[in-house]
Amino acid sequence: MATKASKSAARLMMAPAVTLLLGWMLVPLTMTLYFSFADYRPLRATFEPWIGFDNYVRFTSSSSFWDAVTTTLVMVGSILAITVVLGILLALLLDKPIFGQGIVRILIISPFFVMPTVSALVWKNMMMDPVNGVFSHVSRFLGATPHDFLTQTPLFSIILIVSWQWLPFATLILLTAIQSLDGEQLEAAEMDGAPPLKRFWHIILPHLARAITIVILIQTIFLLAIFAEIFVTTQGSFGTRTLTYLVFQRVLESQNVGLGSAGGIIAVILANIIALFLMRAVGKNLDA
Amino acid sequence: MGHIKLNQITKSFGDVEVIPPLDLTIENGEFAVFVGPSGCGKSTLLRLIAGLEDVSSGHIEIDGRDVTDVPPAKRGLAMVFQSYALYPHMSVRKNIAFPLHMAGMDQAEQQRRVERAASVLNLTDYLDRRPGQLSGGQRQRVAIGRAIVREPAAFLFDEPLSNLDAALRHGMRMEIGELHQSLSTTMIYVTHDQVEAMTMADKIVVLRAGVIEQVGSPLDLYREPRNLFVAGFIGSPTMNLIEGDEARKHGAHTIGIRPEHIVPGDPDGAPWSGTVGLSEHLGSDTFLHVHGTGLTESITVRADGEVPLRHGDRVGLTPNAERIHRFDQAGLRIA
Repeated sequence: MATKASKSAARLMMAPAVTLLLGWMLVPLTMTLYFSFADYRPLRATFEPWIGFDNYVRFTSSSSFWDAVTTTLVMVGSILAITVVLGILLALLLDKPIFGQGIVRILIISPFFVMPTVSALVWKNMMMDPVNGVFSHVSRFLGATPHDFLTQTPLFSIILIVSWQWLPFATLILLTAIQSLDGEQLEAAEMDGAPPLKRFWHIILPHLARAITIVILIQTIFLLAIFAEIFVTTQGSFGTRTLTYLVFQRVLESQNVGLGSAGGIIAVILANIIALFLMRAVGKNLDA
Repeated sequence: MGHIKLNQITKSFGDVEVIPPLDLTIENGEFAVFVGPSGCGKSTLLRLIAGLEDVSSGHIEIDGRDVTDVPPAKRGLAMVFQSYALYPHMSVRKNIAFPLHMAGMDQAEQQRRVERAASVLNLTDYLDRRPGQLSGGQRQRVAIGRAIVREPAAFLFDEPLSNLDAALRHGMRMEIGELHQSLSTTMIYVTHDQVEAMTMADKIVVLRAGVIEQVGSPLDLYREPRNLFVAGFIGSPTMNLIEGDEARKHGAHTIGIRPEHIVPGDPDGAPWSGTVGLSEHLGSDTFLHVHGTGLTESITVRADGEVPLRHGDRVGLTPNAERIHRFDQAGLRIA
């Protein structure tokens, strides 16, 4: 029961965790904010604590900024579309009683256990390599010219890799949602004359709305921060430079901490705008 | 229309035969109730008629048409499920209109039928609500509304009242009865509650382990149960079943006498006597459980509501000789 005493006891006991978490998040964020207004280039021993919005202007006015924003949106959008659509189909399939269901489910989930760096390396060297990759062997076997994925279609290749990684997550969430659907509803719809496709459209899909919302929100947060997959494969070349990667390049490659920090803050703001937009668009599914 | 004929149908799940070959005819406009203990195959039988399960062998005819291989939607039947199975994301209006929408009926006609069903079922004020905002009884009515707009050949009810509380159940029982009177469409109703069966049915089908034990009107089953199972299942409180010497006196292996056909009285001169154990006072009636009669462990007697007997009193019991049911060794009625 929430008495006065237990409430204050609860506050007291939560205090250490809250303090730690606040410090954990606030300190780096404040430092980033501070650096973003400074001309800070450690290798050149330059430190000017206040240069106003110069860093922000420089970061946004470079042509690579808008390219990076576009690339990020295309990448995140495509991965979301692929994982949600394929996730629904896979979940529908896995919901059916099949032989060896338990093993199949574990296998389907397994890509999620592979570290991003490792999976990107495996895809790059074993699957997509134009000489030794599985795909090139297959196309040579069929008499076609091997496709050099990472050079000819780099953005698509990265989308493919990351979708493969995130498909299990979407499938898992959507599968549990499908399993929670009352079977009598489907039978009622069948009696009401709805053929399978209409049952999917009118009964299953609305039932999945909330799960799809959750998948989209959670994945967006993580997908905006894709890094390892790009670093390992294209290093941001051929139009695969996302905002995250651009910030990384500014800080480490040009050794300009101030400029990178400004980019970081812009990325945070953009991520919040997207999150706000998503919450508005799909968040209503989370009520009721 | 709604004449349903089951011809030698069987159903097996794997090696388990749930329904051995079974014949049954339900006449047009009849209110048929399938009743039996849980696991007796009554719901399976209903689902076979609906087409939600395939029969293992045999034929189902509706209005003379063989529908054995016809999908559920094309059989012209509507079903009301135990959980109501309303579509939670649709308004009441859309729920009721769903079968019409699926049939591709034009908007104006859909609207007209939904309004009519809503006014019959007192749902007009709730048409724009979601199922989640309705009470149990209202949800039940929406489920019925969704069934009646299709104007089906027959309605199938799968234990529709078991999720409602006692008072509401009584109310809905009356409403469904009224609905049957006004629509005069065939209805098949599955329940495990013999009171529902007795009060609503034109024809009761008593099932046990997939086998039809008896088919008949409620009073037929009450007056002349064909075997011990039906005798024990129909009627509340249940019939007293007596074996041994007393039964042999009547030339039977078992005799049955309903509590309401025994008159309590003075212990002297009565054919049976015993000691009153627990007595249940219902106001209108009192159910006495009489022990120590030497017949069975306990005999239930229905007495007047204000009978002056108490726990421990001696009481004499006089059975109405014309109302004694006789059963043979195999449990079948001796005519």
